[in-house]
Amino acid sequence: MSRQSIVDHIPGLRRYARALTADAWAADDLVQDTLERACGKWRLWLVGSDLRAWLFTLMHNIYANQVRGAVRRARHATLVELEAHAAELVAPRDAADLELDLQRCLMRLPEDQRAVLLLVTLEDMAYADVARVLGVPIGTVMSRLSRARSRLRELMEGGAAPARDPASGLGEQDPAVPVLRLMKQAGTMP
Amino acid sequence: MKSDPNEASNRVSDEELHALVDGRLDPVQREALLARLARNPQAHASWQAWQRQRDALRGLHREWLDAEVPAALADAALLASDRQQRAGHWWRWGGMAAGVLCAFGLGWMSRGAQGPLVAAEGPTALHAAPAGGVREFVHQASVAHMVYAPEVRHPVEVSAAQQEHLLQWLSKRLQRPLKVPDLRAEGYELVGGRLLPGSDGARAQFMFQDKAGARVTLYLGAMQAQAASPALVAARPGGPAALPPTADLRESAFRFFDEGPVPGFYWVEQGFGYALTGSLTREQLMRLAQAVYRQL
Repeated sequence: MSRQSIVDHIPGLRRYARALTADAWAADDLVQDTLERACGKWRLWLVGSDLRAWLFTLMHNIYANQVRGAVRRARHATLVELEAHAAELVAPRDAADLELDLQRCLMRLPEDQRAVLLLVTLEDMAYADVARVLGVPIGTVMSRLSRARSRLRELMEGGAAPARDPASGLGEQDPAVPVLRLMKQAGTMP
Repeated sequence: MKSDPNEASNRVSDEELHALVDGRLDPVQREALLARLARNPQAHASWQAWQRQRDALRGLHREWLDAEVPAALADAALLASDRQQRAGHWWRWGGMAAGVLCAFGLGWMSRGAQGPLVAAEGPTALHAAPAGGVREFVHQASVAHMVYAPEVRHPVEVSAAQQEHLLQWLSKRLQRPLKVPDLRAEGYELVGGRLLPGSDGARAQFMFQDKAGARVTLYLGAMQAQAASPALVAARPGGPAALPPTADLRESAFRFFDEGPVPGFYWVEQGFGYALTGSLTREQLMRLAQAVYRQL
Protein backbone atom coordinates (compact mmCIF):
# COMPACT_ATOMS: atom_id res chain seq x y z
CA MET A 1 0.00 0.00 0.00
CA SER A 2 2.70 2.43 1.07
CA ARG A 3 4.90 0.81 -1.55
CA GLN A 4 2.44 1.80 -4.22
CA SER A 5 1.88 5.28 -2.90
CA ILE A 6 5.36 6.68 -3.60
CA VAL A 7 5.08 5.37 -7.12
CA ASP A 8 1.73 7.13 -7.36
CA HIS A 9 3.42 10.44 -6.62
CA ILE A 10 6.00 10.15 -9.39
CA PRO A 11 3.86 11.61 -12.22
CA GLY A 12 3.03 14.65 -10.07
CA LEU A 13 6.66 15.09 -9.02
CA ARG A 14 7.84 14.85 -12.61
CA ARG A 15 5.31 17.35 -13.88
CA TYR A 16 6.11 19.82 -11.12
CA ALA A 17 9.84 19.40 -11.74
CA ARG A 18 9.27 19.90 -15.45
CA ALA A 19 7.46 23.18 -14.87
CA LEU A 20 9.95 24.29 -12.24
CA THR A 21 13.05 23.64 -14.34
CA ALA A 22 11.66 24.03 -17.89
CA ASP A 23 13.88 21.12 -18.85
CA ALA A 24 12.76 17.52 -19.28
CA TRP A 25 16.18 16.04 -18.44
CA ALA A 26 16.76 18.27 -15.46
CA ALA A 27 13.25 17.36 -14.26
CA ASP A 28 13.88 13.61 -14.22
CA ASP A 29 17.30 14.11 -12.63
CA LEU A 30 15.60 16.12 -9.92
CA VAL A 31 12.99 13.42 -9.33
CA GLN A 32 15.68 10.74 -9.21
CA ASP A 33 17.65 12.76 -6.67
CA THR A 34 14.48 13.25 -4.66
CA LEU A 35 13.74 9.53 -4.53
CA GLU A 36 17.31 8.74 -3.55
CA ARG A 37 17.10 11.33 -0.81
CA ALA A 38 13.81 9.81 0.31
CA CYS A 39 15.66 6.53 0.67
CA GLY A 40 18.32 8.05 2.86
CA LYS A 41 15.99 10.19 4.95
CA TRP A 42 13.13 7.79 5.43
CA ARG A 43 13.56 7.92 9.19
CA LEU A 44 12.46 11.55 9.08
CA TRP A 45 9.15 10.65 7.54
CA LEU A 46 6.48 9.87 10.10
CA VAL A 47 4.05 7.15 9.17
CA GLY A 48 0.65 8.68 8.59
CA SER A 49 1.96 12.15 7.76
CA ASP A 50 1.50 13.70 4.34
CA LEU A 51 3.75 11.74 2.00
CA ARG A 52 3.25 14.11 -0.90
CA ALA A 53 4.22 17.16 1.13
CA TRP A 54 7.29 15.32 2.40
CA LEU A 55 8.43 14.34 -1.10
CA PHE A 56 7.93 17.87 -2.36
CA THR A 57 9.90 19.19 0.59
CA LEU A 58 12.84 16.94 -0.30
CA MET A 59 12.60 17.99 -3.92
CA HIS A 60 12.48 21.65 -3.08
CA ASN A 61 15.56 21.42 -0.87
CA ILE A 62 17.53 19.66 -3.58
CA TYR A 63 16.40 22.15 -6.20
CA ALA A 64 17.23 25.15 -4.04
CA ASN A 65 20.75 23.78 -3.55
CA GLN A 66 21.18 23.22 -7.27
CA VAL A 67 20.01 26.72 -8.08
CA ARG A 68 22.33 28.27 -5.53
CA GLY A 69 25.25 26.30 -6.93
CA ALA A 70 24.37 27.08 -10.54
CA VAL A 71 23.97 30.78 -9.93
CA ARG A 72 27.26 30.89 -8.06
CA ARG A 73 29.05 29.15 -10.92
CA ALA A 74 27.22 31.19 -13.53
CA ARG A 75 28.47 34.40 -11.99
CA HIS A 76 31.94 33.34 -13.01
CA ALA A 77 31.23 31.48 -16.18
CA THR A 78 28.19 32.10 -18.29
CA LEU A 79 27.00 35.67 -17.97
CA VAL A 80 27.42 36.42 -21.64
CA GLU A 81 25.72 33.24 -22.81
CA LEU A 82 22.81 33.96 -20.54
CA GLU A 83 22.24 37.27 -22.23
CA ALA A 84 22.14 35.57 -25.60
CA HIS A 85 19.56 33.17 -24.22
CA ALA A 86 17.27 36.03 -23.21
CA ALA A 87 16.59 36.72 -26.87
CA GLU A 88 14.49 33.58 -26.94
CA LEU A 89 12.00 35.18 -24.60
CA VAL A 90 9.74 36.64 -27.24
CA ALA A 91 5.99 36.97 -27.60
CA PRO A 92 4.11 33.94 -28.88
CA ARG A 93 3.56 33.70 -32.59
CA ASP A 94 0.25 31.88 -32.30
CA ALA A 95 -1.99 30.11 -29.84
CA ALA A 96 -0.03 26.88 -30.15
CA ASP A 97 2.89 28.63 -28.50
CA LEU A 98 0.91 29.54 -25.44
CA GLU A 99 2.28 26.75 -23.31
CA LEU A 100 5.82 27.48 -24.38
CA ASP A 101 5.28 31.12 -23.65
CA LEU A 102 3.76 30.38 -20.27
CA GLN A 103 6.78 28.26 -19.36
CA ARG A 104 9.17 30.98 -20.49
CA CYS A 105 7.37 33.61 -18.50
CA LEU A 106 7.39 31.32 -15.48
CA MET A 107 11.15 31.05 -15.77
CA ARG A 108 11.40 34.83 -15.52
CA LEU A 109 9.89 34.72 -12.07
CA PRO A 110 12.31 34.44 -9.19
CA GLU A 111 12.70 30.79 -8.25
CA ASP A 112 10.97 31.10 -4.86
CA GLN A 113 7.92 32.80 -6.37
CA ARG A 114 7.73 30.21 -9.13
CA ALA A 115 7.78 27.37 -6.60
CA VAL A 116 4.91 28.89 -4.62
CA LEU A 117 2.81 29.52 -7.70
CA LEU A 118 3.34 26.02 -9.07
CA LEU A 119 2.61 24.27 -5.78
CA VAL A 120 -0.62 26.25 -5.42
CA THR A 121 -1.81 25.79 -9.00
CA LEU A 122 -0.21 22.72 -10.56
CA GLU A 123 -0.41 20.73 -7.32
CA ASP A 124 -3.44 22.54 -5.86
CA MET A 125 -1.66 22.35 -2.51
CA ALA A 126 -3.10 24.08 0.57
CA TYR A 127 -1.31 27.33 1.46
CA ALA A 128 -0.29 25.92 4.84
CA ASP A 129 1.25 22.87 3.16
CA VAL A 130 3.13 25.09 0.72
CA ALA A 131 4.57 26.93 3.72
CA ARG A 132 5.70 23.63 5.25
CA VAL A 133 7.20 22.37 2.01
CA LEU A 134 9.19 25.54 1.42
CA GLY A 135 10.00 26.06 5.09
CA VAL A 136 8.70 29.64 5.22
CA PRO A 137 5.87 31.35 7.17
CA ILE A 138 2.47 31.30 5.53
CA GLY A 139 2.56 35.11 5.26
CA THR A 140 5.61 34.75 3.03
CA VAL A 141 3.75 32.22 0.90
CA MET A 142 0.86 34.65 0.41
CA SER A 143 3.08 37.61 -0.47
CA ARG A 144 5.13 35.52 -2.90
CA LEU A 145 1.92 34.29 -4.45
CA SER A 146 0.72 37.86 -4.96
CA ARG A 147 3.99 38.95 -6.49
CA ALA A 148 4.13 35.85 -8.71
CA ARG A 149 0.62 36.31 -10.02
CA SER A 150 1.02 40.03 -10.63
CA ARG A 151 4.37 39.62 -12.32
CA LEU A 152 3.23 36.70 -14.47
CA ARG A 153 0.21 38.73 -15.54
CA GLU A 154 2.47 41.59 -16.61
CA LEU A 155 4.74 39.24 -18.49
CA MET A 156 1.88 37.48 -20.26
CA GLU A 157 -0.13 40.57 -21.09
CA GLY A 158 2.63 43.05 -21.73
CA GLY A 159 4.28 41.01 -24.46
CA ALA A 160 6.62 38.46 -23.09
CA ALA A 161 9.81 40.37 -23.66
CA PRO A 162 9.86 43.78 -22.09
CA ALA A 163 12.95 45.81 -22.81
CA ARG A 164 15.90 44.45 -20.97
CA ASP A 165 19.10 46.22 -20.20
CA PRO A 166 21.86 44.05 -21.68
CA ALA A 167 24.32 45.47 -19.18
CA SER A 168 22.22 44.55 -16.17
CA GLY A 169 23.87 41.19 -15.58
CA LEU A 170 22.12 38.67 -13.39
CA GLY A 171 18.91 40.23 -12.20
CA GLU A 172 16.41 38.59 -9.92
CA GLN A 173 14.39 37.42 -12.91
CA ASP A 174 17.17 35.44 -14.45
CA PRO A 175 15.94 31.92 -14.87
CA ALA A 176 18.00 29.39 -13.04
CA VAL A 177 17.56 26.48 -15.35
CA PRO A 178 18.67 28.07 -18.55
CA VAL A 179 21.83 28.52 -16.52
CA LEU A 180 21.87 24.80 -15.80
CA ARG A 181 21.15 23.98 -19.40
CA LEU A 182 23.86 26.26 -20.68
CA MET A 183 26.33 24.71 -18.32
CA LYS A 184 25.35 21.29 -19.56
CA GLN A 185 25.88 22.38 -23.13
CA ALA A 186 29.22 23.81 -22.20
CA GLY A 187 30.17 20.38 -20.88
CA THR A 188 30.78 21.50 -17.32
CA MET A 189 28.17 19.15 -15.96
CA PRO A 190 27.81 15.44 -16.67
CA MET B 1 -20.84 55.94 -4.33
CA LYS B 2 -21.63 52.29 -4.50
CA SER B 3 -19.09 51.46 -7.19
CA ASP B 4 -16.13 53.25 -5.62
CA PRO B 5 -13.38 50.61 -5.32
CA ASN B 6 -11.87 52.56 -2.45
CA GLU B 7 -15.03 52.32 -0.40
CA ALA B 8 -14.09 50.14 2.56
CA SER B 9 -16.93 47.70 1.95
CA ASN B 10 -15.81 47.20 -1.67
CA ARG B 11 -12.14 46.58 -1.03
CA VAL B 12 -10.82 43.15 -1.91
CA SER B 13 -7.56 41.90 -0.49
CA ASP B 14 -5.05 39.75 -2.37
CA GLU B 15 -5.67 36.96 0.13
CA GLU B 16 -9.37 36.95 -0.77
CA LEU B 17 -8.58 36.90 -4.47
CA HIS B 18 -6.18 34.00 -4.05
CA ALA B 19 -8.76 32.06 -2.08
CA LEU B 20 -11.35 32.69 -4.77
CA VAL B 21 -9.06 31.81 -7.67
CA ASP B 22 -7.78 28.68 -5.92
CA GLY B 23 -11.27 27.51 -4.98
CA ARG B 24 -10.69 27.73 -1.22
CA LEU B 25 -13.96 29.54 -0.38
CA ASP B 26 -17.25 27.97 0.60
CA PRO B 27 -20.30 28.93 -1.51
CA VAL B 28 -21.48 31.65 0.90
CA GLN B 29 -18.08 33.35 1.10
CA ARG B 30 -17.75 33.05 -2.64
CA GLU B 31 -21.09 34.75 -3.36
CA ALA B 32 -20.28 37.59 -0.96
CA LEU B 33 -16.89 38.16 -2.56
CA LEU B 34 -18.28 38.07 -6.10
CA ALA B 35 -20.80 40.76 -5.09
CA ARG B 36 -17.98 42.99 -3.88
CA LEU B 37 -15.93 42.32 -7.00
CA ALA B 38 -18.86 43.51 -9.12
CA ARG B 39 -18.42 46.91 -7.50
CA ASN B 40 -14.64 46.98 -7.87
CA PRO B 41 -13.57 46.87 -11.54
CA GLN B 42 -9.84 46.84 -10.79
CA ALA B 43 -10.03 43.86 -8.45
CA HIS B 44 -12.45 42.21 -10.86
CA ALA B 45 -9.90 42.49 -13.68
CA SER B 46 -7.19 41.02 -11.44
CA TRP B 47 -9.48 38.15 -10.51
CA GLN B 48 -10.19 37.40 -14.17
CA ALA B 49 -6.53 37.57 -15.14
CA TRP B 50 -5.42 35.39 -12.22
CA GLN B 51 -8.17 32.89 -12.96
CA ARG B 52 -7.09 32.60 -16.60
CA GLN B 53 -3.52 32.24 -15.40
CA ARG B 54 -4.45 29.45 -12.99
CA ASP B 55 -6.43 27.62 -15.67
CA ALA B 56 -3.48 27.85 -18.04
CA LEU B 57 -1.08 26.61 -15.36
CA ARG B 58 -3.40 23.71 -14.51
CA GLY B 59 -2.99 22.58 -18.11
CA LEU B 60 0.77 23.04 -18.21
CA HIS B 61 2.63 19.78 -18.96
CA ARG B 62 -0.52 17.85 -18.20
CA GLU B 63 0.61 15.07 -20.49
CA TRP B 64 3.35 14.28 -17.96
CA LEU B 65 0.71 13.01 -15.58
CA ASP B 66 -0.20 10.21 -17.97
CA ALA B 67 3.28 9.54 -19.31
CA GLU B 68 4.94 6.23 -18.54
CA VAL B 69 7.26 6.51 -15.57
CA PRO B 70 10.89 5.81 -16.50
CA ALA B 71 12.09 2.50 -15.07
CA ALA B 72 14.91 4.09 -13.08
CA LEU B 73 12.46 6.34 -11.25
CA ALA B 74 10.05 3.51 -10.55
CA ASP B 75 12.91 1.45 -9.13
CA ALA B 76 14.04 4.26 -6.86
CA ALA B 77 10.48 4.76 -5.68
CA LEU B 78 10.05 1.08 -4.83
CA LEU B 79 13.20 1.13 -2.78
CA ALA B 80 12.18 4.30 -0.97
CA SER B 81 8.72 2.88 -0.27
CA ASP B 82 10.20 -0.22 1.15
CA ARG B 83 12.28 1.84 3.55
CA GLN B 84 9.27 3.75 4.69
CA GLN B 85 7.23 0.65 5.31
CA ARG B 86 9.85 -0.34 7.77
CA ALA B 87 9.94 3.07 9.42
CA GLY B 88 7.43 2.12 12.10
CA HIS B 89 9.48 -0.92 12.96
CA TRP B 90 12.56 1.24 13.28
CA TRP B 91 10.98 3.73 15.60
CA ARG B 92 10.28 0.90 17.97
CA TRP B 93 13.67 -0.73 17.72
CA GLY B 94 15.86 2.33 17.32
CA GLY B 95 17.13 2.36 20.88
CA MET B 96 17.93 -1.28 20.91
CA ALA B 97 19.68 -1.04 17.56
CA ALA B 98 22.20 1.42 18.99
CA GLY B 99 23.16 -1.11 21.64
CA VAL B 100 23.47 -3.92 19.13
CA LEU B 101 25.59 -1.68 16.92
CA CYS B 102 28.07 -1.11 19.76
CA ALA B 103 28.28 -4.82 20.42
CA PHE B 104 28.98 -5.60 16.80
CA GLY B 105 31.43 -2.73 16.53
CA LEU B 106 33.47 -4.33 19.31
CA GLY B 107 33.20 -7.70 17.67
CA TRP B 108 34.48 -6.42 14.37
CA MET B 109 37.29 -4.45 15.94
CA SER B 110 38.63 -7.50 17.65
CA ARG B 111 38.95 -9.20 14.28
CA GLY B 112 41.28 -6.45 13.19
CA ALA B 113 42.56 -6.49 9.65
CA GLN B 114 42.57 -10.23 9.14
CA GLY B 115 39.70 -9.97 6.72
CA PRO B 116 36.47 -11.90 6.93
CA LEU B 117 36.54 -15.04 8.97
CA VAL B 118 34.56 -17.90 7.68
CA ALA B 119 32.42 -19.38 10.37
CA ALA B 120 32.75 -22.87 11.56
CA GLU B 121 29.49 -24.45 10.54
CA GLY B 122 28.11 -24.73 14.03
CA PRO B 123 24.40 -24.14 14.40
CA THR B 124 24.80 -20.78 16.16
CA ALA B 125 27.93 -19.51 14.49
CA LEU B 126 27.70 -15.98 13.16
CA HIS B 127 24.02 -15.96 12.60
CA ALA B 128 22.72 -12.85 14.29
CA ALA B 129 20.71 -9.83 13.35
CA PRO B 130 22.89 -7.27 11.61
CA ALA B 131 22.91 -3.81 13.12
CA GLY B 132 22.30 -0.25 11.99
CA GLY B 133 23.44 0.68 8.51
CA VAL B 134 24.43 -2.92 7.88
CA ARG B 135 20.90 -4.03 8.48
CA GLU B 136 19.63 -1.52 5.94
CA PHE B 137 22.28 -2.59 3.49
CA VAL B 138 21.43 -6.29 3.60
CA HIS B 139 17.74 -5.56 3.44
CA GLN B 140 18.24 -3.43 0.36
CA ALA B 141 20.31 -6.20 -1.18
CA SER B 142 17.54 -8.67 -0.51
CA VAL B 143 14.83 -6.41 -1.90
CA ALA B 144 16.88 -5.59 -4.98
CA HIS B 145 17.29 -9.30 -5.59
CA MET B 146 13.58 -9.89 -5.18
CA VAL B 147 12.73 -7.08 -7.60
CA TYR B 148 15.18 -7.86 -10.40
CA ALA B 149 15.96 -11.56 -10.29
CA PRO B 150 12.52 -12.56 -11.68
CA GLU B 151 12.79 -10.03 -14.53
CA VAL B 152 12.62 -11.79 -17.88
CA ARG B 153 13.25 -8.98 -20.34
CA HIS B 154 15.20 -6.42 -18.34
CA PRO B 155 17.01 -8.17 -15.50
CA VAL B 156 20.03 -5.86 -15.90
CA GLU B 157 20.76 -2.40 -17.27
CA VAL B 158 24.03 -3.38 -18.95
CA SER B 159 24.52 -6.95 -20.09
CA ALA B 160 27.59 -9.13 -19.68
CA ALA B 161 28.32 -8.65 -23.39
CA GLN B 162 29.43 -5.12 -22.54
CA GLN B 163 31.34 -6.13 -19.45
CA GLU B 164 34.07 -3.52 -19.88
CA HIS B 165 31.58 -0.70 -20.17
CA LEU B 166 29.58 -2.11 -17.27
CA LEU B 167 32.65 -2.06 -15.03
CA GLN B 168 33.77 1.42 -16.05
CA TRP B 169 30.32 2.80 -15.53
CA LEU B 170 29.65 1.23 -12.15
CA SER B 171 33.20 1.94 -10.94
CA LYS B 172 32.70 5.59 -11.79
CA ARG B 173 29.34 5.78 -10.04
CA LEU B 174 30.55 3.95 -6.93
CA GLN B 175 33.83 5.89 -6.99
CA ARG B 176 35.97 2.81 -6.61
CA PRO B 177 37.44 0.38 -9.12
CA LEU B 178 35.21 -2.69 -9.14
CA LYS B 179 35.86 -6.24 -10.26
CA VAL B 180 33.31 -8.74 -11.39
CA PRO B 181 33.99 -12.11 -9.82
CA ASP B 182 34.09 -15.08 -12.15
CA LEU B 183 31.69 -17.70 -10.84
CA ARG B 184 31.80 -20.08 -13.80
CA ALA B 185 33.64 -22.65 -11.73
CA GLU B 186 30.56 -22.66 -9.50
CA GLY B 187 28.28 -22.97 -12.53
CA TYR B 188 27.14 -19.33 -12.70
CA GLU B 189 27.52 -17.02 -15.70
CA LEU B 190 27.41 -13.24 -15.47
CA VAL B 191 24.12 -11.79 -16.76
CA GLY B 192 25.06 -8.14 -16.25
CA GLY B 193 24.64 -5.36 -13.75
CA ARG B 194 22.75 -2.30 -12.76
CA LEU B 195 23.06 0.85 -10.69
CA LEU B 196 20.76 1.31 -7.69
CA PRO B 197 20.19 4.03 -5.12
CA GLY B 198 21.16 3.20 -1.55
CA SER B 199 20.90 5.12 1.69
CA ASP B 200 24.60 6.03 1.60
CA GLY B 201 24.84 6.67 -2.14
CA ALA B 202 25.11 4.60 -5.26
CA ARG B 203 25.00 0.81 -5.10
CA ALA B 204 25.69 -1.77 -7.77
CA GLN B 205 24.08 -5.12 -8.40
CA PHE B 206 25.70 -7.86 -10.47
CA MET B 207 23.51 -10.75 -11.51
CA PHE B 208 24.61 -14.32 -12.23
CA GLN B 209 22.64 -17.24 -13.57
CA ASP B 210 23.20 -20.98 -13.69
CA LYS B 211 22.23 -23.36 -16.50
CA ALA B 212 18.82 -23.96 -14.96
CA GLY B 213 18.13 -20.22 -14.88
CA ALA B 214 18.51 -19.84 -11.10
CA ARG B 215 19.88 -16.40 -10.28
CA VAL B 216 22.10 -14.99 -7.58
CA THR B 217 22.99 -11.32 -7.16
CA LEU B 218 26.01 -9.60 -5.70
CA TYR B 219 25.07 -6.24 -4.19
CA LEU B 220 27.78 -3.81 -3.19
CA GLY B 221 28.40 -0.25 -2.17
CA ALA B 222 30.03 2.07 0.33
CA MET B 223 28.86 1.80 3.92
CA GLN B 224 28.55 4.86 6.06
CA ALA B 225 31.34 5.09 8.66
CA GLN B 226 29.94 4.10 12.02
CA ALA B 227 31.92 6.20 14.43
CA ALA B 228 32.52 4.72 17.83
CA SER B 229 30.83 6.58 20.65
CA PRO B 230 33.03 7.91 23.48
CA ALA B 231 31.53 5.32 25.79
CA LEU B 232 32.47 2.57 23.41
CA VAL B 233 36.00 3.86 23.10
CA ALA B 234 36.43 4.05 26.86
CA ALA B 235 35.02 0.59 27.37
CA ARG B 236 37.50 -1.01 25.06
CA PRO B 237 40.42 -2.77 26.75
CA GLY B 238 43.53 -0.66 26.34
CA GLY B 239 41.64 2.59 26.35
CA PRO B 240 41.33 5.24 23.65
CA ALA B 241 44.99 5.23 22.75
CA ALA B 242 44.74 1.68 21.47
CA LEU B 243 41.80 2.39 19.19
CA PRO B 244 42.67 1.41 15.64
CA PRO B 245 41.76 3.62 12.66
CA THR B 246 38.06 3.76 11.97
CA ALA B 247 38.45 1.54 8.92
CA ASP B 248 38.97 -1.36 11.28
CA LEU B 249 35.58 -0.71 12.81
CA ARG B 250 34.06 -1.45 9.49
CA GLU B 251 35.27 -4.94 8.82
CA SER B 252 33.07 -7.91 9.41
CA ALA B 253 33.08 -11.63 9.07
CA PHE B 254 30.81 -13.41 6.66
CA ARG B 255 27.38 -13.34 8.14
CA PHE B 256 24.26 -15.10 7.05
CA PHE B 257 21.03 -13.14 6.85
CA ASP B 258 17.51 -14.31 6.22
CA GLU B 259 15.33 -11.52 7.60
CA GLY B 260 14.62 -10.11 4.13
CA PRO B 261 12.60 -11.68 1.33
CA VAL B 262 15.66 -13.59 0.05
CA PRO B 263 18.54 -14.93 2.17
CA GLY B 264 22.24 -14.39 1.62
CA PHE B 265 25.67 -13.75 3.07
CA TYR B 266 27.15 -10.33 3.63
CA TRP B 267 30.46 -8.91 4.70
CA VAL B 268 32.08 -5.52 5.04
CA GLU B 269 35.60 -4.71 4.00
CA GLN B 270 37.39 -1.35 3.98
CA GLY B 271 34.15 0.55 4.27
CA PHE B 272 32.55 -1.36 1.42
CA GLY B 273 29.63 -3.71 1.93
CA TYR B 274 28.97 -6.85 -0.10
CA ALA B 275 25.90 -9.06 -0.07
CA LEU B 276 25.48 -12.24 -2.05
CA THR B 277 21.84 -13.11 -2.29
CA GLY B 278 19.79 -15.89 -3.80
CA SER B 279 17.09 -18.46 -3.15
CA LEU B 280 19.61 -21.15 -2.32
CA THR B 281 20.58 -23.13 0.73
CA ARG B 282 22.87 -21.57 3.27
CA GLU B 283 25.68 -23.93 2.24
CA GLN B 284 25.35 -23.05 -1.44
CA LEU B 285 25.32 -19.35 -0.66
CA MET B 286 28.36 -19.70 1.58
CA ARG B 287 30.34 -21.46 -1.16
CA LEU B 288 29.49 -18.69 -3.67
CA ALA B 289 30.23 -15.92 -1.18
CA GLN B 290 33.64 -17.44 -0.49
CA ALA B 291 34.33 -17.66 -4.22
CA VAL B 292 33.41 -13.99 -4.59
CA TYR B 293 35.51 -12.93 -1.62
CA ARG B 294 38.59 -14.76 -2.87
CA GLN B 295 38.45 -12.84 -6.15
CA LEU B 296 37.74 -9.33 -4.93
